[in-house]
Amino acid sequence: MRFRRFVLAALLAVFALHASSAHAVQPDEVLDDPALEARARALSAGLRCLVCQNQSIDDSDAPLAKDLRVLVRERLKAGDSDAEIIAFVVSRYGEFVLLKPRFTPHTWLLWLATPLLFLLALGGIVYAYRRRSASSAAPRALTASEQAHLARLLDEETPQDGGKL
Amino acid sequence: MIAETGHYALILALGVAIVQMVLPVIGTRFNDPRLAAVSVPAAQAQFILICIAFSALTAAYVTSDFSILNVWQNSHSAKPMLYKISAVWGNHEGSMVLWVLILALFGAAVATFGSNLPRQLQANVLAVQGSIAVAFLLFIVTTSNPFLRVDPAPFDGQGLNPVLQDPALAFHPPFLYAGYVGFSMAFSFAVAALIDGRIDAAWARWVRPWTLLAWMCLTLGIAMGSWWAYYELGWGGFWFWDPVENASFMPWLAGTALLHSALVMEKRDALKVWTILLAIITFSLSLMGTFLVRSGVLTSVHAFAVDPARGVFILGIMSVFIGGSFALFAWRAPLLSQGGLFAPISREGAWVLNNLLLTVACAAVFVGTLYPLALEAVTGEKISVGAPFFNLTFVPLIVPLLIAVPFGPLLAWKRGDLLGAAQRLTVAALVSLAAIIGVLALHQSGPWLAPLGIGLGLWLIMGALTELATRSKLFEASWAESRRRLRNLPRAAYGTALAHAGLGVMVLGLVATTAWRSERIEALAPGGTVDIAGYQLTFEGVKEGQGPNYKELAGIFQVTRDGQPVTTLVPSKRAYSVEKSATTEAGIHNSWRGDLYLVLGDPLKDGAYSVRAYFNPMVRLIWLGALFMFFGGAVSLSDRRLRVGAPKRAKAKTPTAVAAGE
Repeated sequence: MRFRRFVLAALLAVFALHASSAHAVQPDEVLDDPALEARARALSAGLRCLVCQNQSIDDSDAPLAKDLRVLVRERLKAGDSDAEIIAFVVSRYGEFVLLKPRFTPHTWLLWLATPLLFLLALGGIVYAYRRRSASSAAPRALTASEQAHLARLLDEETPQDGGKL
Repeated sequence: MIAETGHYALILALGVAIVQMVLPVIGTRFNDPRLAAVSVPAAQAQFILICIAFSALTAAYVTSDFSILNVWQNSHSAKPMLYKISAVWGNHEGSMVLWVLILALFGAAVATFGSNLPRQLQANVLAVQGSIAVAFLLFIVTTSNPFLRVDPAPFDGQGLNPVLQDPALAFHPPFLYAGYVGFSMAFSFAVAALIDGRIDAAWARWVRPWTLLAWMCLTLGIAMGSWWAYYELGWGGFWFWDPVENASFMPWLAGTALLHSALVMEKRDALKVWTILLAIITFSLSLMGTFLVRSGVLTSVHAFAVDPARGVFILGIMSVFIGGSFALFAWRAPLLSQGGLFAPISREGAWVLNNLLLTVACAAVFVGTLYPLALEAVTGEKISVGAPFFNLTFVPLIVPLLIAVPFGPLLAWKRGDLLGAAQRLTVAALVSLAAIIGVLALHQSGPWLAPLGIGLGLWLIMGALTELATRSKLFEASWAESRRRLRNLPRAAYGTALAHAGLGVMVLGLVATTAWRSERIEALAPGGTVDIAGYQLTFEGVKEGQGPNYKELAGIFQVTRDGQPVTTLVPSKRAYSVEKSATTEAGIHNSWRGDLYLVLGDPLKDGAYSVRAYFNPMVRLIWLGALFMFFGGAVSLSDRRLRVGAPKRAKAKTPTAVAAGE
């Protein structure tokens, strides 16, 4: 199924992979209540299969993923809320199961890096632009000798016809 | 004997690469044109030698010479010829040889067709290319030699991973590598410019076609990988934010930014330092893309580079090239002059926004991909970063960029008129607004963002058309005048429009299939039916078949729509006896509405099978959009102004710029 890791897989040597003959959610797992089943699917899509790489339990054919899917559905039938189910699964298997990492001290950098970098880059662009337009908008004043030189040139030019320039 | 010839050629190529790396630099440093000129024949010789090595390896695969360890490990005599050949690069050692082959091809192209490049620049570029070749050839020869022998020779090979035995995946790596390696050209030019301490518009003119070519190949390579995942992995997903995918996506994002900034630099002589930095970043990400997958750092599954010597070598190559080039940048970049002022609202400004959003989006992917590794290395804690993270960080950066895309080409250089551009885009805006309202009216189901996504896709397509209409004064001038203008538009304008429209087409496909996909999971006995998206599927039973190197079990499904027969789908499961693993072959019916996607699952009780049916609306637009982008690039590349002879013509026009580069 989702052997997504194989998208570059032709680069890879032969190695053992699960047989892809089985498929994630089996007909017998599906709950009768469509609303509950929809919640189960949404929850499973956010939980990682522990023995696969980067696959959600919703897509995985591993037996452990099936156990987890059944577990999620059992808790749903028992009337747990989504948050309770996730807390329960995390308490059993650790945060590794969450495909969307929580916002805790050790993931602050993960979540904040992108917005911070955006602000930093934006600030850098504004700064570079200001500096450049400041340096070019106000051209350096001429020195005294340059002034004199310019005056001389202008004096030379005036009597002659404009075509020389 | 053939293998030994290949082995010998590979080692000779290493020697030639060392010459190519060292002599030209000495030549340019001490002003000896003869030494500098060595770079040209050296690059050509290196290409020929690596060609010989690659051909020798291919010959070994074609003839199934199992006395070679690499062939024995990755091939089998019963495999179809196509996969015997694709197995050459379907493994670590062979893929590295392919990598240096493409590298040498690019180097030889600069040597052969770069005669109108400034001599010193050409010599330095080839020297930098040579140094990359030295690193990779050394890596191959010392840790990943594909020509090792087995004694005694085994009777037959171990086969190739069955999921890799697929036409799209056979050609996926060469395109991906052509993309990665193509960016090495931009890198070599950047480093050469830093060594020289000067850079000008002619430089950008040289770099741009190579970058464009690399970008095209990478676009196609990624699209092929995604297409393959879609039909081969058996559930119809096409992008998973997997580290391995991200590894190829990051150079693509940075390369896209580079394409645009190099254009600003060529036309307006602005953003020079940034373009150099971006060229270095893009190639660094390409190196990372190559090695992330093979160093074993990503996941245990990818840890086939079990030999720690390889990992250390890879780390060494990456630190030398990435660290070295960044150090060189920090040291030499202040020497490069800035030029080309522009107002914030201008075409340059639009491209600064493009670069800002693309590079930060690239950084988001980078952080999401590497943070779990870093965290585990530092604290030992294991976390997962999956699609939800990227949806929250990457998407908010890309959506504003997509909204801004149609404005860019409509703004003038230096100082643009945002209001004027907006006025020109009125029709595009109205069309997408109408589409949003129409979709809202039709589909009450699905996420509320979906109609907006459809509007965004149409906005991009209409925006691309608007640009062509504006430039040809369509509806303003007479029809004959517009036709004349359309004919005379530079091909690059068509390329831009095609690529940007392709982006829109892709967005339509992504949004539609994500939002309105339907799915049925049923246990079906022969005679059973399942309804999905207006189709009725009738399961007629299973049959067994025999392929060249597999056995298969196929389910037969009659598909009808409103009582009319549509097609027969035959999804199957294949068991590969040599490799002892299995693959799923989905049955797919394609129509303009979307794909009916059928997968045969495991046998259940009483002769029933678990069957999964999906309907993926408009899913093919995703890859059609990628094809648009590829051809957009190709059309641009065929533009006269981008062709190799072009810098010569420009000499007359801008004598100062070219003189500075010589």
